[in-house]
Order: sequence, then C-alpha cells, then structure tokens
Amino acid sequence: MQQQTKDHATLAAQFNKNEPRVDWHDETLWWVRTKRDIAAHTLPEWEALRDLASGIKNNVLSNMSAYLAAFEKKAVQNGVNVHWAADAKEHNEIIHTILKRHGINQMVKSKSMLTEECHLNHYLQEHGVEVIDTDLGERIVQLRQEPPSHIVLPAIHLKKEDVSNTFHEHLHTEKGNNDPNFLTAAARQHLREKFLTRRAALTGVNFAIAETGEFVVCTNEGNADMGAHLADVHIASMGFEKIIPLRKHLGVFLRLLTRSATGQPITTYSSHFRRPRKGQEMHIVIVDNGRSTQLGRADFRNSLKCIRCAACFNTCPVYRRSGGHSYHTAIAGPIGSILAPNLDMKQYADLPFASTLCGSCSNVCPVKINIHEQLYKWRQVLGKDGYTGKAKELSMKGMTFTLSHPAVYKTAGKMGRWFIKNVPFVVNNGLNPWYKERDMPEPPKASFGEWYKKNRK
Amino acid sequence: MEAAKEDTQEQYAALKAEGIKSSRDAMLKAIKQNQPAFIEAPSVPAFVPYFDDALQKYMDVLKAIGGRVYLVNNYEEIIQQIEADFAGAKKVVSFEKTFAAIAEMPDATNDPHGFADVDVCITTSPLAVAENGAVWISNKEMPVRVLPFIAQSLVAVIHKNSIVPTMHDAYDIIANEEYAFAIFIAGPSKTADIEQSLVLGAHGPKIMTVFIINE
Repeated sequence: MQQQTKDHATLAAQFNKNEPRVDWHDETLWWVRTKRDIAAHTLPEWEALRDLASGIKNNVLSNMSAYLAAFEKKAVQNGVNVHWAADAKEHNEIIHTILKRHGINQMVKSKSMLTEECHLNHYLQEHGVEVIDTDLGERIVQLRQEPPSHIVLPAIHLKKEDVSNTFHEHLHTEKGNNDPNFLTAAARQHLREKFLTRRAALTGVNFAIAETGEFVVCTNEGNADMGAHLADVHIASMGFEKIIPLRKHLGVFLRLLTRSATGQPITTYSSHFRRPRKGQEMHIVIVDNGRSTQLGRADFRNSLKCIRCAACFNTCPVYRRSGGHSYHTAIAGPIGSILAPNLDMKQYADLPFASTLCGSCSNVCPVKINIHEQLYKWRQVLGKDGYTGKAKELSMKGMTFTLSHPAVYKTAGKMGRWFIKNVPFVVNNGLNPWYKERDMPEPPKASFGEWYKKNRK
Repeated sequence: MEAAKEDTQEQYAALKAEGIKSSRDAMLKAIKQNQPAFIEAPSVPAFVPYFDDALQKYMDVLKAIGGRVYLVNNYEEIIQQIEADFAGAKKVVSFEKTFAAIAEMPDATNDPHGFADVDVCITTSPLAVAENGAVWISNKEMPVRVLPFIAQSLVAVIHKNSIVPTMHDAYDIIANEEYAFAIFIAGPSKTADIEQSLVLGAHGPKIMTVFIINE
C-alpha cells in the first residue's frame, strides 16, 4: 500500500536522489511527448478532432444517466450480466462473488486503472484469490510489489537492469541478461502458461457504447484478448464515465487516443466485445466511487472526460522529474492531481500543488480538459477548507501582505538582495526548500525599480 | 465543501432513506441529480483525407508499425508466398476454403485452448484502414476469437478496394454491423514496457502479414 503520511514533495525528493535516473526518466517521457507531437501534427484536422471529442463528452456528461440505462438494456439483450457498484468496496465484492460462484481462485487481469483505484488485487489476495497482471509493465511492477508509476507505461520508472534482476529472481532468467527482447520472450512464456490455465479474466474498458451495449478494449500486447477469449468468465470493470453515445464516435476517440498516448496511429488491438462467446459468461461492473460527486462539481466535472492517454503526464515538467510514485495515487500526473482530491481532499491536498500551472497539460489533452485551471481551482477549494497546511497558509498570508504594501515590498526586496549577497547561508540552507536542487544566481545590484529611476530620462 | 467520499455516501444514504435500495437505482438517480443541463452532441463532419493514395498509405503505415505487406494479383501468389515465408510451420489453420491446400480448417466449436500450438492463422478481412494499417476482423470471418491472438503468426488477406482512408470511413461502413465480437488489428503484437525498447511479439503474433489483392 502507498504511504499516506508522505506528500508529493517528500516522495519526489526520494526520486530525485538518483540524478542520472531522473534525467533518463525526464528525457524518455519527453521523447514520447515528441512522438505525440509528430502524430498530432500529421493530421490537419487534429484540433477539430479535439473539439469534437470534447463536444461529444460534454453531451455524455449532460446525458449520463440516460446513456447508462440504454447501455445496460442493450448489454443485457446481448447476454451480458451488468452490475452496479456505488463504491470500490462494492466493486471488489461483486467480482469476488462472481469468482466464488464458479469456485475460481486464480484470475488473469489486463490493464485497468479502475481496479488499481479500488485496490482489487489486494482485496482478492486477502480473500484467497491470486491475481496475475498480464500487461508486461504491470507484471514487472507486480512482481516487485510496486504500484504502476504511469497509466500507459507502468514500469517507466525502471531500467532494464531492474527488470532483469526482477525476472532473474522470480522467473529464473539468466542473471545479467538485460536484453529487452530476451526479457520480453521470458515474460511471454511465463504469461502464456497463465492465460492457458486461468478460468477467469478481468479487463478494463476504454469505451462503452450506449447505442449497442458493446465495449472496446485497446491493447498493444494482446493480453486482454488472450485472457478474455480463453477464460470461462470475462469480467470488465468500467467507471461510468467511459460511456460514449454511438459506435461511430469510436472513429473520433480511437484516432485521438494512441496518437496522444505514444504517437502510434492506433493500438495493435481494438477489440469490440458485444456478446459472450458460446459457453462463456460475460460481466460488466459499472462503478461510481465518487464520480457522481465529481459530476456535480461544475468546476471539476470536465475531468470525467478523460480517456486515459497520459499525454498530460508525458508533457508535465513536474511529473517527468518527480516520477509517478510521488503522486501516491493510482492515477498520477496532472489529471490524477485533479481526480484524486475528489476521492479524498485531506489525503490528496498536496497534489494540486504538484504543478507549475504552465498549462502544457491542457494544451495536449485530446478531450480538451482545462487541467491547469482545475489545478488552480482545487488550490482555492483546498486552501479555503483548511487542507493546505499551516506553513503554506502563513507564507501565502505573508506574501499577500508584502505584495499589497509597496513600501514593505521595496524593503523586502532590498533585504533579500543583501542577504543573498552577504550571508547566503541564511537563506540557502536545509530549511528553505527553494534551494533544493537549485543554485541561486548572483543577486542584481539594484532592483528593477531602482534601475528604472536612475536610468529614466 | 466536504470530501467527495462523504458526499457520495451522504447522497446514497439520502437515496436509501427515500426507499431506493439497489446501487443501480441509487447511482442512476445520483448521476441524474448531478449531471449538467443537456448539451447536444456535435455531428462528425466528413474530413478530407490528408493523403491521396490510400493503397500506398496503407502499405507505408503497416510497414512502419512492424507489419509485412505484399501486393499480389491472385490467391496463387499468396499461397506461394506463405509457403516460402512459413516453410517451417507445422500447424497452419484457416476458415477460408481457398487455403485448403496449405491450411487445415479447424472445428470452430472446439475448446479454444486447443489452438495453443497454431503456428500460422490465415484469415480474410472485409475492411482495412489506410491511416493506421488496421484490418477489421469480426466473428463472421473468424469464428474462433482467440485464434488471431494465440497463433505465432497472423496472415490477413484483403482486397485493394476494401481499403478506406480513415477510421471515420471505416465506422461509416460498420456503423450498423451485427457482430458478437470484432477487432481492428494493426500489425504484430508489441510492447515497449522495458525502457521503451520496441519488441515485437508480446503475447500475440510476432509476425503480422497482410496480402492485398490488386484488382
């Protein structure tokens, strides 16, 4: 389980101890962002597609209850069992009940951030059910007993040496063999045995179609399909916001999703599940877990448009240099920082501050969520409700006073310059977090105000 | 404002007090209460493709995403090429009678686990997408869902005139299609989860070949 006591800054400081690793993380994610740019700029209609996707999602948010009811009706007609879970606990219980009914105590699972949010693996483990994550990155972090650090690239915080060591320990691969081809082949063999022997498979849902009752799952590896098509029982978990009105809207969203995520034109597999295969049982669990509350918050409901591409992670200067684990929540990055406070304001009060508010997240978002504006708005809400901590409150009050009194401002500036020049240790010490990972430039001789007064003709 | 957890719980508690028992009804009611005023969905306009030659684009994209592509004139050429490319293959399967000479036709009602030893799966596809290299395969062409995934190599046969420029064009065609299961497949199974190094053949086929019949 994640630490509940440590905040983003503390966890980021831990990540920052290994500087070459941080640089690699930063550069690799920027490379992914660059690939996204190339893919996006290839389409002349890119901005029109973003507007369309955002517009369709506006319609979805405004007509959510009707679309969900229509989806359920169609899915049931298709022979699918539909369940409704008000919270994480109910979601986990529903899944456990299905498995129990079949006498199943082993399950394969493809990527589902919702099950991370609900801590399903932990719950099932406690009830004697073994869950094997089958996405390669997720399997790697599962063997290491870590949560994913990125929603699309779960093991992006690790180097191939780490993976090699983990596989050597758990899968008995050759020690010191760091070749990604070799390591992937080992995982393929290891997981093929799981696919062939597990009777239940859980997948996430990328899109659920109200019109037809079908759902679409996107993977590059093929792990969702390997699990689902071999299992007697297929369970798909979805947050209710995954609904879209029409099948043809997939044209809009599938064009945007992977171009935004990795720069690919589409994932290798876009699987449309409509009816169970003969002899198979198919279940869909529709989950709320705080989403209906977020839907009621006018300032924050747009966060429910998210299609989980992680473009905002890859572009974020804070995410790239602090790592996914520093966000101590299932969905990290800028979008996670506006989703998490809805789940628990106290526990996640630090996250809206883990941002420079540069706005790059909003600029790359394929469904045009105003992420940086929501980060700013969460700060107001959290500050007003007293979740932001005494130190921040005091320094903000001090700053407000200084900035609203010109004489105080002038004196403070002069004092600052004098301190940095003559007794730098007074400000550059362990007590001042601004000096972490930073060197201050030489202070100027005069303030801009003084310079302007002297040089003005 | 209070924590959402409590908000949701309070809202659900209130709904339960009103006599709404099931989570389904409580969720739908809570959602209806909280959703904003109705906004019309925009219609999807017809976008002009940013390329002229859909065939050329399809072949370029498929190669770029790790697929193999052959432009051929007839089925004889396809059979010859498959025999050359998969000379060592022990088990080749297809539901297409045309390939009876090189592939066995499996029993679609068999347990899917029995297909674990398939080397090559050959299928037809009625629709392909130039902008992303994908082929569309539904349960009509491929009655065994797991086959295109569990086979070591996948071969798809398409006709030149079934290539459409974009996903919008593809969904215009399949908008009202009845299927139990269907997929877009674009290239071989792949992963980059280890240091972003691209590896072909994660769980599904390591090789994906598309034959385009030029007619």
